[in-house]
Amino acid sequence: MTVSVHRRTLAQLAAGLRAKEFSSVELTRFFLDRIEASQSKLNAFISVTKEQAMAAAELADRDLAASRGGALAGVPIAHKDLFCTAGVKTTCGSRMLDNFVSPYDATVVAKLKAAGAVMLGKTNMDEFAMGSSNETSYHGPVRNPWNPELVPGGSSGGSAAAVAARLTPLATATDTGGSIRQPAALCGVTGFKPTYGRVSRYGMVAFASSLDQGGTITATAEDAALVMREMAGFDPNDSTSVDKPVPDYVASLGTPLAGLKIGLLKEFFDKGLDPESERCIRAALAVYEKLGAQLREVSLPYLPLSVPAYYVVAPAECSSNLARFDGVRFGHRCKDPRDLMDLYKRSRGEGFGAEVKRRIMTGTYVLSAGYYDAYYLKAQKVRQLITADFTRAFGEVDVLMGPTTPTAAFAIGSKTSDPITMYLNDIYTIGANLAGLPAMSIPCGFALGSGQGLPVGLQIVGPHFSEAKLLNVAHLYQRETDWHTRVPERYS
Amino acid sequence: MALTREQIENIAHLARLELQPTEVPVYQTSLSAILDFVGELDRADTASVSPMAHPLPGLSQRLRPDVITEEDHHELYQENAPQVAAGLYLVPKVIE
Repeated sequence: MTVSVHRRTLAQLAAGLRAKEFSSVELTRFFLDRIEASQSKLNAFISVTKEQAMAAAELADRDLAASRGGALAGVPIAHKDLFCTAGVKTTCGSRMLDNFVSPYDATVVAKLKAAGAVMLGKTNMDEFAMGSSNETSYHGPVRNPWNPELVPGGSSGGSAAAVAARLTPLATATDTGGSIRQPAALCGVTGFKPTYGRVSRYGMVAFASSLDQGGTITATAEDAALVMREMAGFDPNDSTSVDKPVPDYVASLGTPLAGLKIGLLKEFFDKGLDPESERCIRAALAVYEKLGAQLREVSLPYLPLSVPAYYVVAPAECSSNLARFDGVRFGHRCKDPRDLMDLYKRSRGEGFGAEVKRRIMTGTYVLSAGYYDAYYLKAQKVRQLITADFTRAFGEVDVLMGPTTPTAAFAIGSKTSDPITMYLNDIYTIGANLAGLPAMSIPCGFALGSGQGLPVGLQIVGPHFSEAKLLNVAHLYQRETDWHTRVPERYS
Repeated sequence: MALTREQIENIAHLARLELQPTEVPVYQTSLSAILDFVGELDRADTASVSPMAHPLPGLSQRLRPDVITEEDHHELYQENAPQVAAGLYLVPKVIE
């Protein structure tokens, strides 16, 4: 096995396993070693499941030897630590669940296991997925592989950093307001968030149930297509899962783009966008023009209200979902409670970190008697207006494009004192969640300026269930460019 | 909009969260700022707009037949419980 095997894509690794170029045991040990060597620098993992991984790899090798096994047979992967994994801790980056061992697998976990994937471990994340910098994790911040002084983004910061440093070819992730796309952009990898309802939420610890959606972080769009083909689909265990056939996302890769109408989100090219990031985005759009696409500007006038609408809806749903953590059935329990009220309050006060408490309280306030209409109902009405804006735009264009984030990665600690400054990191990503749309971020260059270049992400948003189109649009760009192949020097 | 100390304490009580005395002023400042920020929503005229009930247009919550599908897993599930006896979850005395 060559030492540079980590530079291969997931698709190439799967093919290498089938061609018996290397075994799953060899590959799994190789990635486990990379994780171990990086852990003190990046802190990308909360749990590394070495023994289970080696056992799963042995089984996969037996399948591969007999030319059996699923599409991902023997491929090492990692899961964000909010997907429940039977027999392995699922902490959600919180003290509350620090000792929680799920009795069952999330549907995503079960499906990837059935496809033959080998789990290396669970990736670090903002506590209960609430954060945009991975600084709210009980297990400490993840560091950006491009520069350890910078954040990797969040909440799927561990997943993005792990793929960027090539510690795994795939890490699952979840996106409630940008938690797949924003860290993917800041770490220079491909982040894919499907349509709401496309991937089962069963066994995904809930944050905001009308917004949460599971997806992937990989090096390439082709890899995302390969994994999505296995991950997507109807699940009777999730009441919002959509019963719709899953197209072959891999087969449609390569369809020519000639005539594709791309809408440029006028509201995203505003004064808040860093000029270096804008330069990279404009260069990417020029590549699409060369591929035969037509560009036109579109305006979504209500889109600027997406962050305020989100910070009513998401905390409201969070306060309701996190009410289950009561110190009785699972999770942290305080010592020597005086009475039941004391047990609830102290267990929750000790178990949750500062940002989670802030969101629970915001949600409690906007849902409380006398304020429900002014905040929650109002936000759900604005959400309707934002969704109508998107629907109108998709009457004119096939996909929307713009930046994923206003700036490249920022310094650890630089935005923790003011929550609203942190919330505004997701200004370009939240709209897709409010409208339930599929969206992705792909690497499109490096913002220069202060010292070394930092990755910039191009965001692509499509109509409901247009996953195949989005993945193809991203794939064709990646055939023309090599930004997605860049790896930080230390991990190359 | 500035929330008072009492309002923060009341919200924390409703949310069943014990706050340290030093946390109260921090949340007073940040929750007040968040409420001002989300107040921007008032700029949108929503008089004739119905609230969004589901992220996918035309879809509503699916129903399933009213049949028992779950098996009894209480022993497995209780492995995660902080305190259990005879298959029951233990809490401090509730009824005097």
